[in-house]
Amino acid sequence: MPNLKYAMFLGCAIPYRVSSYELSARKIAAKLDIELVEMPDYNCCGLPLDPASHDVMLTLAARNLCQAEKLGLNIIALCPGCAGTLRKVNKLLKEDKHERERVNGFLKEAGLEFKGTIEVKHLMQVLAEDVGLQRIKETVKKPLSNLSVAEHMGCHIVRPQKLIGFDDPEDPEILKSLIEVTGARCLDYMDETECCGAPVAGINDRIPLALTRDKLSHMKAVNAQAVITVCPFCHMMFDTNQMRIERMFNETYGMPVLHYPQLLGLAMGFTPEELALKELRVDASKVVGLI
Amino acid sequence: MTAEKEESKTAEARPALKISEINLQFKNEVKKIPGGERMMLCFQCGTCTADCPIARFSETYRPRQLLRMAQLGLKDKVLSSDQLWLCAACYTCVDHCPQDVEISSVIRALKNIAVREGYMPSALKELGGAIMETGLAYKIPELRLKKRSEAGLPPLPKADVESIAKLINRTGFGKLLEKGGSS
Repeated sequence: MPNLKYAMFLGCAIPYRVSSYELSARKIAAKLDIELVEMPDYNCCGLPLDPASHDVMLTLAARNLCQAEKLGLNIIALCPGCAGTLRKVNKLLKEDKHERERVNGFLKEAGLEFKGTIEVKHLMQVLAEDVGLQRIKETVKKPLSNLSVAEHMGCHIVRPQKLIGFDDPEDPEILKSLIEVTGARCLDYMDETECCGAPVAGINDRIPLALTRDKLSHMKAVNAQAVITVCPFCHMMFDTNQMRIERMFNETYGMPVLHYPQLLGLAMGFTPEELALKELRVDASKVVGLI
Repeated sequence: MTAEKEESKTAEARPALKISEINLQFKNEVKKIPGGERMMLCFQCGTCTADCPIARFSETYRPRQLLRMAQLGLKDKVLSSDQLWLCAACYTCVDHCPQDVEISSVIRALKNIAVREGYMPSALKELGGAIMETGLAYKIPELRLKKRSEAGLPPLPKADVESIAKLINRTGFGKLLEKGGSS
């Protein structure tokens, strides 16, 4: 089994608004003997500034990679935006000598140098590739066999495919198998692989809400009892904004939105309190009642 | 931006292109930015637009049109377009483009040029300011930090903001941030 020790990259959105994700992720990580080492210094992954300046994005991402290189540890990230960005930039700088030299020219200003000695993975990729389904299965104490859920894995965990190289963006089987290992049924629904729209929320309110509502209606149509997300931004769209969507479109969903580690945590036998289920905006007691 | 405002823009008549509006060097400017290299290979099939989740819910956002405007050299028009900022960077178009154009990266390259030319949405400026000041994209309130420790979470690391600011300035973005945005 690979060494399950990682530098924990928390990013910005999770400590800012979605600590239930972090809390539950740390719980399941401990159960699976994943050792998380806090990074003493990190910054925004860079993705939010890519539209403003590609060079700033590259440099901010590379600075984080350098910090993890100093620790001698591979990075684990909970946010697919962070994981995707750091993974892409790591690959780019390892493979493209010209870009590496250019970015190292920037990094020199802060006394840093990208060496290309580590890897970056999202939590789900660590679970699928480093921990393995079999090991996860062994920790499931209370299979969630009464539960049928819809997955919304988001975009950056799998796209762009040639740079991320994890699972199939058109049919994310690995991500679904991680849900099914908890005993829950993972339903197919229309436009399952579509974006939630969160990245344009600062520019246009209406489009992301309409997009998320569309997905919620497709999940409801197949009688999903909960949505499972692995991204703080997707979670905000489905959970935090759900009541707003209900008001805006005069519809009722009441669809609980769980972070994947909360789902797995329940199957491992953690209590709803330990997994911070009460921090969710949409009441998840229906889900708990089915266990 | 409201839906009504977006729609009124569609209603605008589309006059013929004037040769004076065309900047023949613009394509080279875009191609210089990583991700923009293959822009001229777009043959306007429209796959990006057909598969774009944002386009499905917008009356006006059409990535294919943005690409065409950029190819033609309609620099001012494309850089000042509100549509530019509606790309969610979900990368569906990147995965689906038969010409391997990386549509979303071309749009990002266009945004980068727009920012250099003084068009920076206020949301982006705020993010940049927060990163410059704290290292993170959001200023995390004290209350949150207190809650973290109450919940048993490890303290949030303090980033070396001085070194981060140095790097941001070194890339030239610090100056753009000072200049400020247009909207």
